[in-house]
Amino acid sequence: MNNLLAVTETILLFTTIISLIGISISLLLLLYRIITGPTNADRAVALDSIGMNLMGVAALMAILVVTTKFNDVILLIGILLFIGTIAVAKYLEKGVIIDRNMD
Amino acid sequence: MIETWIELILNMIIAFFLLSGTFFILSSSIGIVRFPDVYTRLHAATKASTLGIAGLLIGAFLFMYVSHGIASGKLLLAIIFTLLTAPVSGHMISRAAHRNGVKPILKNRTDEYEASIQKYVQKQK
Repeated sequence: MNNLLAVTETILLFTTIISLIGISISLLLLLYRIITGPTNADRAVALDSIGMNLMGVAALMAILVVTTKFNDVILLIGILLFIGTIAVAKYLEKGVIIDRNMD
Repeated sequence: MIETWIELILNMIIAFFLLSGTFFILSSSIGIVRFPDVYTRLHAATKASTLGIAGLLIGAFLFMYVSHGIASGKLLLAIIFTLLTAPVSGHMISRAAHRNGVKPILKNRTDEYEASIQKYVQKQK
């Protein structure tokens, strides 16, 4: 019985490693879109998605090295990603980020 | 005996959540590479990527709860925050792209947002 439990824990370890490889391939595809994006909006979309993938990498690393210290990192990446995307969108729209006259 | 079975089944559930999350993130990235337009790429970037992140974080939460008995609320908070903010950022990027002059690829349809802006400008004058 304990032998079967050890087998499932090995399956879980291999699943984590396979997920890390898949997210690495996803990051390479997004890097291609960032380099050869036709417009700047394409690059903003790919950058937003790269932040999402970094949250997944942090969660997988928290499973791999068994710790709970990465949970703060996941939440912080989420918040900074939202603020950064809003700032990039405002910059693409008008060229200024903080505007005084709200229209 | 029964605890061993429960832990075994929970391990398989965690593996299923991790694999499905990775599949959705990878399909979102393939969609970003292969779609022809900014506005179609935003569909792949906001919807599928959000679902994939939710799957990965649920898998991490279950792993922490099963193996250590730690119920980390920050992971659930990160899921809720991602579900709230991904549509907002997608809308901001699409509006910025449209005002920046990026033309959508349209087949047999008119640009209704541009027509609405023109009607609003006509009403202002």
